[in-house]
Amino acid sequence: MSAESPEVELLIAPPEGWCAIDFKELWAYRELFGFLVWRDVSVRYKQSVLGALWALLTPLITMVIFTIIFGKVAKIPTDGIPYPIFSYAGLLPWLFFSQSLQKATLSMVAERNLLTKIYFPRLIVPMAATLAPLVDLLIASSVLFAMMFYYHFVPTVHSLYLLPLCVLWAWVTAVGVGSWLSALNVYFRDVGQLIPFVVQVWMYASPVVYPASLVPPGFQWLYALNPMTGVIEGFRWALLSHGNPPGLIFFVSAMVSVVLFVTGGLFFKRMERSFADVV
Amino acid sequence: MIQVEGIGKRYQLGQSIRHDTLRDAIMHCARIKKAGAKAAESRDEEHFWALRDVSFGVGEGEVVGIIGRNGAGKSTLLKVLSRITPPTEGRIRLRGRVASLLEVGTGFHPELSGRENIYMNGAILGMTRQEIRSRFDEIVSFAEVEKFLDTPVKRYSSGMYVRLAFAVAAHLEPEILLVDEVLAVGDSVFQKKCLGKIAEVATGGRTVLFVSHNMAAVQNLTSRSILLADGQLIADEETGRVVASYLASGNQRAAAEDLSTRDARFRIESICFNEAAQEPGFDKPMRFDLSLSLEHRAETISIGLGIYNSLGVRLLTSRSVVDGLESGNSKISIRIPEHHLPPGDYSLALGIFRGIETIYFAENVLNFSLSDVGVSDPLLQPYLVKQRDQIGAFIPGIWEKI
Repeated sequence: MSAESPEVELLIAPPEGWCAIDFKELWAYRELFGFLVWRDVSVRYKQSVLGALWALLTPLITMVIFTIIFGKVAKIPTDGIPYPIFSYAGLLPWLFFSQSLQKATLSMVAERNLLTKIYFPRLIVPMAATLAPLVDLLIASSVLFAMMFYYHFVPTVHSLYLLPLCVLWAWVTAVGVGSWLSALNVYFRDVGQLIPFVVQVWMYASPVVYPASLVPPGFQWLYALNPMTGVIEGFRWALLSHGNPPGLIFFVSAMVSVVLFVTGGLFFKRMERSFADVV
Repeated sequence: MIQVEGIGKRYQLGQSIRHDTLRDAIMHCARIKKAGAKAAESRDEEHFWALRDVSFGVGEGEVVGIIGRNGAGKSTLLKVLSRITPPTEGRIRLRGRVASLLEVGTGFHPELSGRENIYMNGAILGMTRQEIRSRFDEIVSFAEVEKFLDTPVKRYSSGMYVRLAFAVAAHLEPEILLVDEVLAVGDSVFQKKCLGKIAEVATGGRTVLFVSHNMAAVQNLTSRSILLADGQLIADEETGRVVASYLASGNQRAAAEDLSTRDARFRIESICFNEAAQEPGFDKPMRFDLSLSLEHRAETISIGLGIYNSLGVRLLTSRSVVDGLESGNSKISIRIPEHHLPPGDYSLALGIFRGIETIYFAENVLNFSLSDVGVSDPLLQPYLVKQRDQIGAFIPGIWEKI
């Protein structure tokens, strides 16, 4: 910020049509991005007695409920894997995704104050919102490893690369869909009302409480269009050697994620110019 | 360096365009189809230019004020300049690192501590972590919150809160600074400190664009100003003259000021300064005549008057209780016996209250002048030549040997 600071020249003109995402600018604002994530994480459990313990309790309680209803009552077949660990291994990536998606969707409206008062690349808001649940995921995975020890499961070598990859994949999907929905939510608050239902339906359309093998072969293709199918199946395969190794279905799922990510970014860029006027 | 060329910003008017829910949008689409060609015709009327064809340049190190009435486009101009909202037409070239300060405390989070909020807010305003760290102590001592650094700001008093917020903003060091009316926060001692800091920034070789309603501050801080009215640039010259023409335009506007009250059964027909009743000389009683039309009788109301000098500083407040008003038209006069105001141009704010309910309140309902005819007080005389706008109430002192 002294004499050696480079001459910055900036041109402001009316935007036209579709425009590409300015990655250089996103990178330049990485500190603000970091601060937004850090704020979300540190504020998350302030003034709650149990604090970060909630990151453990949420999936744990859900798992117990699922085990009773889907495991004991409905007796959903899990190919011999104990239902608690089966559902918990699916719940972890799912909860990360669904929390990220909900946070991202509501993020633009929640940060209305920033949007109308300060300039920054708008895309960092939904992106930052999707990262705080990552901390919950890490905390909750400690229970997963305890359960694996208890049930005598040894993670496969594939989990070394596949687990981070699946988390990244879930994140990419959450950012993609989150960009779409958060931009729409600026204009139509209905989106915010709708998101809990979207998440609920999406969960039952993903192999969280049941294995993907339960879906009739004729519908597997359709099923693969859901990116979370790939994420959760990949997670289970790496950890519990359950289901099929990554194949064509994974590839299709991943492509859908990429498409959502790219179109979400473009759509967001297209809409962002009037955010400050409308939000 | 700022070069603004033909900037315009168009907003769409009314709820018919701004759909907050999906249903509205669907309804609107249906309506458009029905209306067909008519809708296309009326399209232009649904638009509103908040800024139109504004061009100016600001050189390096120049400090320029932007003044204008509410809705003149000042804030829109700053928002366009700071890239919060894009222009509809025209272009702007900026050279240098830009920081905009449209509000103090943007991004403050109530749950975070003072220390954490300094970092957070600094990052939002565009400071790097290193810059914040190097100025951290300065910010803390400027805000006078050393003891509460690790307390969540939600426990701060409102004074501490704004002090901290201003302190972070004040330690920004961009090459171009865009400031909206965020000045003068906190108690009067801190306000002075704020204005001092702004003056320091203004004289420190930085390019500053400064939006304010406070004419005294604009005159103190800037040498050149831009006057906006209805989105257009009216004047761009030396601050003193711009302020003068701004105030002159106020005289024309005031007559058309809205007198409609919040209670339809209570109407204000007119308010005027009774010039005929004004005796010549200093500190002679002032009289305002108010004409009301009531649907119900015998209400006790209180009437508040506020008098502002031509720089927009409130000098005097007067309140009177009026009772026994009959239904129908009533004319009342309000006399302010002693006011100590010197000759000059003033504007009046009027408030009418029933109990704690506000029936009417507006600033600048009326402009009036106290003439200097017959003012011969030798003590007052020296001020009348140059500073009559600045002295406020004038009271000769009484001295004796003790």
